[in-house]
Amino acid sequence: MSSRRGSFLDGARTVAPVMVGIVPFGLVAGAAAVRVGLSGLHAVGLSVLVFAGASQLAAIELLGDNTPAAVVVVTVLVINLRMTMYSASLAPYLQEFSTRWRAAMAYILTDQAYALSVAEFRADESVNRKWYYLGTAVPLWVVWQICTVVGVVVGARVPDSLPLQFAVPLTFLAILVPTITDSPSAVAAGVGGSIAVVGSGLPLNLGLITGAVTGVVAGLVVETGWFR
Amino acid sequence: MTDSATVWLAIAVAGVGTFLIRFSFIFLFEYLSEVPEGVERALRFVPAAVLAALVVPAVVLVEGSPAVSLGNERLLAAIVAAVVAWRTESIFATIVVGMVVLVGLQMVP
Repeated sequence: MSSRRGSFLDGARTVAPVMVGIVPFGLVAGAAAVRVGLSGLHAVGLSVLVFAGASQLAAIELLGDNTPAAVVVVTVLVINLRMTMYSASLAPYLQEFSTRWRAAMAYILTDQAYALSVAEFRADESVNRKWYYLGTAVPLWVVWQICTVVGVVVGARVPDSLPLQFAVPLTFLAILVPTITDSPSAVAAGVGGSIAVVGSGLPLNLGLITGAVTGVVAGLVVETGWFR
Repeated sequence: MTDSATVWLAIAVAGVGTFLIRFSFIFLFEYLSEVPEGVERALRFVPAAVLAALVVPAVVLVEGSPAVSLGNERLLAAIVAAVVAWRTESIFATIVVGMVVLVGLQMVP
């Protein structure tokens, strides 16, 4: 098995380019909170307690519009519901670790840490899973917290959106393309993406999870050959 | 503006709920001797389906409506970036090329 240090550094090296998108996104998450009238502490509280960018931005917008707290909470949870699938997908690989470690690893679970780690776990059996995962997830957590604070401090001087924020979907795209290895996975991606677009007008951001679930089912249906 | 205590309550509940979502199966698998075969097959499609559900709307939607046309600069940039991702499997190259194409297209009047 690879060493702890070696695996951690491998993970960190893999996640490094992802920061190109995370830095501007984190700045906007801090600055947007202050702009809608939340305190800097609220912004940091969101980043530490929720730690999920897209849902934080949605929560900030809703809180700024005086939306009832219950609606804010439900919206955040619906956006983050996709992570139950990440949790299920990672679970078999993390089974051997203590409950405390798994809780810590769950807390820092993100789209990027999940997708990069699971790709590595599938490709390389000998990697030290815990330390590779921490190598991808911990730097994301640290950079996200720092950028939130900087965003709060710089505040109004951060524009509503930065061109570099486009780096976030580009990151997902770069991780997505190699996961399409056969026709069932291509169908899973095609259906998942299309349904998410069609459902983008749904309340509470339900389009994302609807697309994700439909995509998984479509991939499974094609693989099984039910429709032939 | 919602008062500060209510905002904190919303943040705390959303935070605990999000943690429970993240921990759900990572926690429960301790009590499972093995993954049911059907579930394992479904899980193979999670990265492709979820990442596509994140990417495609971010690229295709312009001000909330789908825009599949040459006028959608982000879509064109993403198509070029997808080719780069496929050829190089490099996150960094994909981001750089995608950003350069986007900025280039935005400079075209």
